[in-house]
Amino acid sequence: MKRVFPILAILTALLLSYGLYLALVVAPTEQTMGDVQRIFYYHVPSAWTAFLLFSLNFLASIQYLVRRNPFSDRLASVVVIAIAVLTCIGAYVVTLPEGVEKSAVATTGIGIALLYFGIRKFFSEQGTDILALVTAEVGVVFCTVVLVTGPLWARPVWGIWWTWDIRLTSTLVLWLIYLSYLMLRRFSDSGQTPVLAAALAVFGALDVPLVYFSIWIFRTQHPQPVIGGGGSIDPRMLHVLLINWLAFLSFAGLVCWSRYRLEVLQREVEEAQALDSLADARGTR
Amino acid sequence: MSLLSSITLVTVQKDIRLEWRSKDVLNAMLFFALLVVVVFSFSFDPDAEESRQIAGGLVWVAFLFAAVVALNQTWARELRNQVLDAYRISPAPANALFLAKAVGNFLFVSVLEALMTPLFIVFYKLRALGPGWQLIPIALLGTWALVVNGTFFAAMSLRTRSREIMLLLLFPISIPALLAMVNATTAVLVGEASAKFWIVLLGTYDVVFTIACLFLFETVLHAE
Repeated sequence: MKRVFPILAILTALLLSYGLYLALVVAPTEQTMGDVQRIFYYHVPSAWTAFLLFSLNFLASIQYLVRRNPFSDRLASVVVIAIAVLTCIGAYVVTLPEGVEKSAVATTGIGIALLYFGIRKFFSEQGTDILALVTAEVGVVFCTVVLVTGPLWARPVWGIWWTWDIRLTSTLVLWLIYLSYLMLRRFSDSGQTPVLAAALAVFGALDVPLVYFSIWIFRTQHPQPVIGGGGSIDPRMLHVLLINWLAFLSFAGLVCWSRYRLEVLQREVEEAQALDSLADARGTR
Repeated sequence: MSLLSSITLVTVQKDIRLEWRSKDVLNAMLFFALLVVVVFSFSFDPDAEESRQIAGGLVWVAFLFAAVVALNQTWARELRNQVLDAYRISPAPANALFLAKAVGNFLFVSVLEALMTPLFIVFYKLRALGPGWQLIPIALLGTWALVVNGTFFAAMSLRTRSREIMLLLLFPISIPALLAMVNATTAVLVGEASAKFWIVLLGTYDVVFTIACLFLFETVLHAE
């Protein structure tokens, strides 16, 4: 186990540098935007990674809440399976908006269920809480990257730094929600923090679709999603994008893993200290 | 069900009686909202056309911050003499307490809104160009949206080191509701676009978060 971490770290570093080389040198220059477009290879993979991490946070928080009671645990499992099955059936029965692939919707449904049961199998009750904390922290970092690179690109291309567009606004709100999540964890006393934080994570996740729809009626300025959406992309660019995403994902996974181990150690230390002071108190009495 | 509703009713009555005798919350809220109205009117001095455009935002900012006063007081009252602890060990359903607190806050903020609206009309020379009756459902749904999540987060902030974190949690989550309230109010005042979409969105927000609060409140109240 101790050897795995450095090996993964070296692999990630190699992958990241290869991704950088591809993005700056190999990828073809975009016709109208020029070299500015290359920021896309950092912006989009960060966004996908951040959203994935926030979804993990939501699933882990749900897990933490339902596991406190066996009945709700079983109920949640049934609900998750039902959602996965309904999305699969729905993807092929309901007429989807133009540009949305049936298989993409079905895969998302199955992916959510797989992630949920993966977390359920591999993490203890305390493990899900640590996972939620870690994914929120790393997710906020990646979301910050998205919010910084976005305006850098928008200024030369759109001529403005910021606009209240649907994707920009929902990303900003998402970032605010998870920032308040981290604040809550910082301000709260240790014993009750996990429950409160998990409850807030559920609220935040419920809020995201509402934010999305509330800005939906304003016309969107953001480029259409290139994958599973209406836009099209040069296959060479897509290749670079996916390599970069892989690099970012493994980087995020690596950071999460080391942060996870750190948090586990910290909790062990705190527990040992608490036990120590208890023993001291008994000894002096 | 009858147990839930009777406990809710008794708690609401108790809160109203307390408020009627002390008028702590209402006075603080009124003073705060009055300050906002006067300061903004004084510094912008808008004509009727301008104020139509900005009033939606102004009114709801004033009500939001005034509501925070009520929300902070909600649970502080129950901490004296360990009333909340007594409640937690009693067999009464937790949701009855939550509903009572939310309804109480809803009533206090509604009273505030009823008192403040004439002042807003006078200071900002407001006259709705759209269907004015729509402001009533907007006010009711919007107030509930603020109050239901606010009551929940106030209960959460009881267990943190700083009570002020309540506003920090409430604001990002309430963004869709705030957007809907402000845009609906502006739409009615200006009378150019329909407010229907925003009212439906507010209704959805209310339903979703009321259910979420009722599901999670017991867990949060008993969090140890």
